[in-house]
Amino acid sequence: MKAAVVVFPGSNCDRDLAVAFRNAGLDVEMVWHKDTALPAGVDIVGIPGGFSFGDYLRCGAIAANSPICNEVKAHADRGGFVFGVCNGFQVLTETGLLPGALLRNAGLKYICRTVPLQVETTDSVFTQAYEKGEQINIPIAHHDGNYIADDETLAMLKGEDRVAFTYRENPNGSVADIAGILSANRRVLGMMPHPERAAESEHGNADGQRVFAQLTETLASA
Amino acid sequence: MKARVHVMLKDGVLDPQGEAVRHALGGLGFGGVSGVRQGKVIELDLADDATEDTVKEMCEKLLANTVIETYQIEFV
Repeated sequence: MKAAVVVFPGSNCDRDLAVAFRNAGLDVEMVWHKDTALPAGVDIVGIPGGFSFGDYLRCGAIAANSPICNEVKAHADRGGFVFGVCNGFQVLTETGLLPGALLRNAGLKYICRTVPLQVETTDSVFTQAYEKGEQINIPIAHHDGNYIADDETLAMLKGEDRVAFTYRENPNGSVADIAGILSANRRVLGMMPHPERAAESEHGNADGQRVFAQLTETLASA
Repeated sequence: MKARVHVMLKDGVLDPQGEAVRHALGGLGFGGVSGVRQGKVIELDLADDATEDTVKEMCEKLLANTVIETYQIEFV
């Protein structure tokens, strides 16, 4: 099983994400934002955290319009898996692969700490190793993580069981405490918290490890 | 030819930066400011034959996120 991790100018969690994928048994190739094709046979694309293009204009906006993102969209349209963390979540909303948008944190401050999340659904490759309602502690590090969507979109996300994670103690003003959401086909996950930073015992916290744990097995049968 | 694009958060989308500016104005003794909304102005230097439709396309594709923002185009 093969993963591609996209690197934009300003990405800074790309290698962490690659390590998490590798530890889960995936072959990983890094792809540059100017590349016009994904490596052959890619099963999952990771969009890492960071500050792509300096967060100019809007977080993720310029990255979402880079050449590789056309390929990421085509990959998702073909039913491919995509995982966006932090800036990657912002990129996924800007591409339209996930609904809603991420605004400046309600308290205006950049927040960097570990927060308790609740697993809202186990119906996805990324959350199937958790228990529904389970609390996990995952680091966040963002300035623009305040998720917003209109009432209709929220009702759809909830009705279709597409909220993957919520904050137990809302740190950033996100509507309905939303920390991560899934696409309609449940194969695209965007989340602000960083499971790749809590994915092995050396991190001091491995609560995020199960996001990656069953990828190889499940992707092989997908 | 120059176009000026004004991008604002939609009504109803909370603008925490505008709120912070409103508080700061109050702190400076300016009373009666009941709301502040902060947006962006983007100036484009364009070829003389550029059309409003092209600028509109730029706004839809990149300059504004129409999920949360509105835009206005002005030729100057």
